[in-house]
Amino acid sequence: MTSTTALPVSFRGVGRAFGTARVLRDVDLDVAAGEIVAILGPSGCGKSTLLRSVSGLDAPSEGAVSIAGTAVGPVDQRCAVAFQEPRLLPWRSVEANVALGLPHGTAKEPGRRRVAELLELTGLADAARRRPREISGGMAQRASLARALAREPGVLVLDEPFGALDALTRLRMQDLLLDVHAAVPTTVILVTHDVDEALVLADHVVLLGTDGDLPGATVRRVVRVPGARPRDRGAPELVDLRAELLAGLGVPAHHTAPSTAQLSHQETA
Amino acid sequence: MTVVATDETGRATPVVSGYGPSFAEQQPPRNERRSPRRLPRGLRIALGAILPLLLLAAWQVATAFVPAYRLPSPASVVLAGVDLAQRGLLGVHVGISVQRVLLGFAIGAAVGLVLGALIGLSRWADVLLSPTISAFRAVPSLAWVPLIVLYIGLQENGKVAIIAIGALFPVFTTVAGALRHVDRHLVEAGRAFGLRGVSLLAQVQLPAVVPAVVSGLRLALAQSWLFLVAAELLGSSMGLGFLLTDSQYNGRLDRLFLTIILLAVFGKATDAVLGVGERALLKRWT
Ligand SMILES: Nc1ncnc2c1ncn2[C@@H]1O[C@H](COP(=O)(O)OP(=O)(O)O)[C@@H](O)[C@H]1O
Ligand SMILES: [Mg+2]
Repeated sequence: MTSTTALPVSFRGVGRAFGTARVLRDVDLDVAAGEIVAILGPSGCGKSTLLRSVSGLDAPSEGAVSIAGTAVGPVDQRCAVAFQEPRLLPWRSVEANVALGLPHGTAKEPGRRRVAELLELTGLADAARRRPREISGGMAQRASLARALAREPGVLVLDEPFGALDALTRLRMQDLLLDVHAAVPTTVILVTHDVDEALVLADHVVLLGTDGDLPGATVRRVVRVPGARPRDRGAPELVDLRAELLAGLGVPAHHTAPSTAQLSHQETA
Repeated sequence: MTVVATDETGRATPVVSGYGPSFAEQQPPRNERRSPRRLPRGLRIALGAILPLLLLAAWQVATAFVPAYRLPSPASVVLAGVDLAQRGLLGVHVGISVQRVLLGFAIGAAVGLVLGALIGLSRWADVLLSPTISAFRAVPSLAWVPLIVLYIGLQENGKVAIIAIGALFPVFTTVAGALRHVDRHLVEAGRAFGLRGVSLLAQVQLPAVVPAVVSGLRLALAQSWLFLVAAELLGSSMGLGFLLTDSQYNGRLDRLFLTIILLAVFGKATDAVLGVGERALLKRWT
């Protein structure tokens, strides 16, 4: 197993346009090494595009992304990615798919052990020998997460990693991610559109969206989430933040006064 | 191109949802491909045999009304086969034809694979070669036969070349098409995990087109038999095609029928071999 160190990521004036369609503009953001950053934003606002610029699968039209001070190369191997879709190779077993994530040059036996361990952690041990078409969408997404974790990267890039999971599995996988993060230092940048998930997982929540009349999404807010993890999902200080973030996303919160004392712990949804 | 957003479309206001259940996790496993009402194997074979047996019976009955020089009886066809076999000719004709088919098929398929891979993988090769190749493909392949006869002659080499041309295009077309349509998402996933060049080809692109390649090969094999008969009809002293023309000249309808049946049997047999391979592959592959 490689012992990686978490690496810082910085975005400087990042913009991306596809032809005449501007998706991102002026994104400035610093992610400290070992931090977990959640990116929130409406569908189609460019979250996935921003993530792709971190792993080097896409290059920004303007500005630059750098990892640990050096520019992101085309397909930067300091990153590991879990895509929004599982993207498993259909002709490989779940096990072999996860093994694809192992760092290059991993010896056979440690590699096999690592894969087995990850399958165990993601609750896929029984499905190790099955093909992707033989497992459910949620299992496939967990396999995709396991594949990214196998790399033990400097930067872990997760695009809606828990999107297809049922409520319970999602909570379990969030805990798993936190466990892995606590055990092996890595920087995590993840996209979610679940405000609660962002609040439970992240050190900072980045709100992406359009601002005013300018075309293209940019960083509208960066919110520091208080409290050490694991966090209580109903903590009063989070309730405030949740309302704030939901408002930022254009969803009116159903409780009024931001004075913490009066807040009940009602869910906003 | 838009990015496929599987989960976003169905969840218009997902930011509000806390931990709502999602459909994906509850999907049943997608492994049941066969229709549940599929008949047992024995019954299927028995049912499938009904029509051929009826035809055979009808043939036998018909011989009572049609003179033998128009329609040989099933028994006389069998006897013709036994006769040829006893004189050691049947094996010779069948052997040389099978050899030509396999040789031509192997060469044509190999060239088709290489060309198809080149064009499917390299944008440059695609831009440079595709128009020419599709122009060539527009020519019905049998039209090349006279040219090959002139250039190479109708010796063994010429016949194999004709069959190779027949086999080439189906393989080329399916491979090039399949490679060009390998799921971009999978290729990108491979690249994201550090696969490049040959390793990407070996681990993602080629495995992804294996099913298409096998079905291309089956098409090519059928074409090979077609082109074999064409080549042997044009001029040969051995082989099933020769047996056809020879029987025609001598009015040996029994041998003519025999040859047609042999062509069906061998065409089907070689296809069945590939079919078994294909099924085994698909089971592993998808
Ligand atoms: N390769 C591409 N070519 C053209 N348009 C693209 C491409 N990738 C993404 N887009 C467009 O960029 C916008 C943002 O996409 P995406 O980053 O996937 O959004 P999100 O992940 O926030 O839902 C969308 O309108 C999408 O159509
Ligand atoms: Mg996205």
